[in-house]
Amino acid sequence: MTVETQLPYDKDYLMQYSERRKEPQWFRDVRLNAIETAENLAMPKLEKTRLKNWNFTNFKHDVSGEAVQKFEELPEKIRVLLGEKSTSENLIIVRNNDVAHASLSPELQDKGVVFKDIFTAMNENEDLVKKYFMQDGVSVDEHKLTARHAALLNSGVFLYVPKNVKVEEPIQIVFWQEDPEAALFNHVLLVADQHSEVTYLENYVSENKNEEAVANIVSEVFALDGANVSYGAVDNFEKGTTTYVNRRGVAQRDATIEWALGQMNDGNTISDNVTYLMGDNSYSYAKAVSVGRGDQKQDFTAKIVHYGKESEGYILQHGVMKDNATSIFNGIGKIEHGATKANAEQESRVLMLDQGSRGDANPILLIDEDDVTAGHAASVGRVDPIQLYYLMSRGISQQEAERLVIHGFLSPVVREIPIETVQAQLREVIEGKVY
Amino acid sequence: MAGSTLEIKDLHVEIEGLEILKGVNLTIKGGEFHAVMGPNGTGKSTLASAVMGHPKYEVTKGSILLDGEDVLEMEVDERAQAGLFLAMQYPSEISGVTTSDFLRSSINSLREEGDEIPLMQFIKKMDETMDYLEIDKNMAQRYLNEGFSGGEKKRNEILQLMMLEPAMAILDEIDSGLDIDALKVVSKGINKMRNEEFGCLIITHYQRLLDYITPDHVHVMMQGRVVKSGGPELAERLEAEGYDWIKEELGIEDETIGQNA
Repeated sequence: MTVETQLPYDKDYLMQYSERRKEPQWFRDVRLNAIETAENLAMPKLEKTRLKNWNFTNFKHDVSGEAVQKFEELPEKIRVLLGEKSTSENLIIVRNNDVAHASLSPELQDKGVVFKDIFTAMNENEDLVKKYFMQDGVSVDEHKLTARHAALLNSGVFLYVPKNVKVEEPIQIVFWQEDPEAALFNHVLLVADQHSEVTYLENYVSENKNEEAVANIVSEVFALDGANVSYGAVDNFEKGTTTYVNRRGVAQRDATIEWALGQMNDGNTISDNVTYLMGDNSYSYAKAVSVGRGDQKQDFTAKIVHYGKESEGYILQHGVMKDNATSIFNGIGKIEHGATKANAEQESRVLMLDQGSRGDANPILLIDEDDVTAGHAASVGRVDPIQLYYLMSRGISQQEAERLVIHGFLSPVVREIPIETVQAQLREVIEGKVY
Repeated sequence: MAGSTLEIKDLHVEIEGLEILKGVNLTIKGGEFHAVMGPNGTGKSTLASAVMGHPKYEVTKGSILLDGEDVLEMEVDERAQAGLFLAMQYPSEISGVTTSDFLRSSINSLREEGDEIPLMQFIKKMDETMDYLEIDKNMAQRYLNEGFSGGEKKRNEILQLMMLEPAMAILDEIDSGLDIDALKVVSKGINKMRNEEFGCLIITHYQRLLDYITPDHVHVMMQGRVVKSGGPELAERLEAEGYDWIKEELGIEDETIGQNA
């Protein structure tokens, strides 16, 4: 199989699909244009990762999921993520491509907060969705995968926080790919209006150790003037899923976007996290941890682009590679002309555990303005056998010693993560991947 | 005497192709304190590392037995589980792992599964031991050896020794880099371990540690071998006269490795 393989989905299919989803005409047009555009676009260009033999075409597109009535119905790995209590009032669970559970507290509803699946939103909140969907964040025609995303979108969520509304409790969503061959073309659209505040937390879970599937995810986050968005994610797709995930933020004047990403997929993954600091005095901190294992190949990019004066962007990513896993970590700080007094800082660190594991960190600073500050730190290294020897000399097994070293290596990022639930989830998922 | 017995027989050890130990023989029984002395570069630390299983050292000949069991067949963690302990000259720094978490993992790895040390009992023991060694309490929550001063690292090694209570300990230059107050505290900890069961091999090239810890047996290493053994009086004579008289007696010109007699 090669990346050039044609998709088995044409315009007729998309027309029918769109009708069944009761989509407005404008969105149907987005799909139909996108499928045509996708044909002529190339795959994303990755400097150091070759996409040959990655599965982007073998999947089931339209798979439904039943409603979840009780917490106990959820599989163990999701219950763990939600915490055994799971009293979250603001929670959506998407099972395959359908909403299986949705709740939003009455207080937030009264304040005008919108949290619903994207198909409902494109009808009920048409103006907002139309204004923000793949316009100023991610464009349909960036490359073949963004175009396919728009064409084949089969899941998504819309979160809107009105002006001056501060949401105290995290808004949480779980995307559960129960069907092992189900594709997820998922779109997250988050708009935080002026001076609002919100913490959003998402989990991706699949169950396909052997079957092949595809995840093509685009998140667009808009923090308007003075808004404050904290975005947490723990990706945990199984080995069979090839993932393209593009999380992009746009911060206006005095706005803040904080990212806390646990990049814990077991399959091949391209993960792009880009923030545009458009407004003066805007701020972003992108934190990410990754654990690679098996034969998986991954390409991570954390990028912050400064347009606003006195904008500040920080990138901190730590990754551990085990077995034969390969990962590229790109850290890019870009300061555009006119962004005076901007500050771009980044740190990327990779630890390789086994002979076959590979890691690469590419710190890049692109600066088109004189009056700025910037800095980077990067390191790639193998686990020190003397460290393991020291730990083992106290009776600790090699496996346990490696576990301690991995947790220790990732902990400077994990403990800096502002959302407690994400910290706890990450510790769980890291634990699961270490053995 | 009760306790364990460590037997080192005709031990030859290489590092990166260079032979460092050229036939060391040494037997340590439970209840005994042995001191291995000698100038720098005579193979003392190599002996300690080879017994524990340091990955860079290769045993080319000879044997190490603990209560008759072949230590050389054991992985490093199995050696610890069998009762061996090495207080290292240069302990590793482990970022992100607290001293307390590490010690608890260690203790539990030395106990049977399902017989983990209760948390409160662990905390109590750790607090008491830290008090005894005059260690600042916040060390428990600091990352293992990270940013520790030389003295703190050495105290931490003795803290581990006292918490893990091995049958047989090797202390590799535990006195180096310590000021006199720290040396007294560290010695106090080591002496507290003394009982009928516990065996200990103290490696040092300074006599001064033996002012605080009295060994039952003293051995002198040169050129990768034990060249002289005796009682505490040997250490006293070394303090008074240095090593030259031994070299003269044995006809050794250069005591360091690579200078074959």
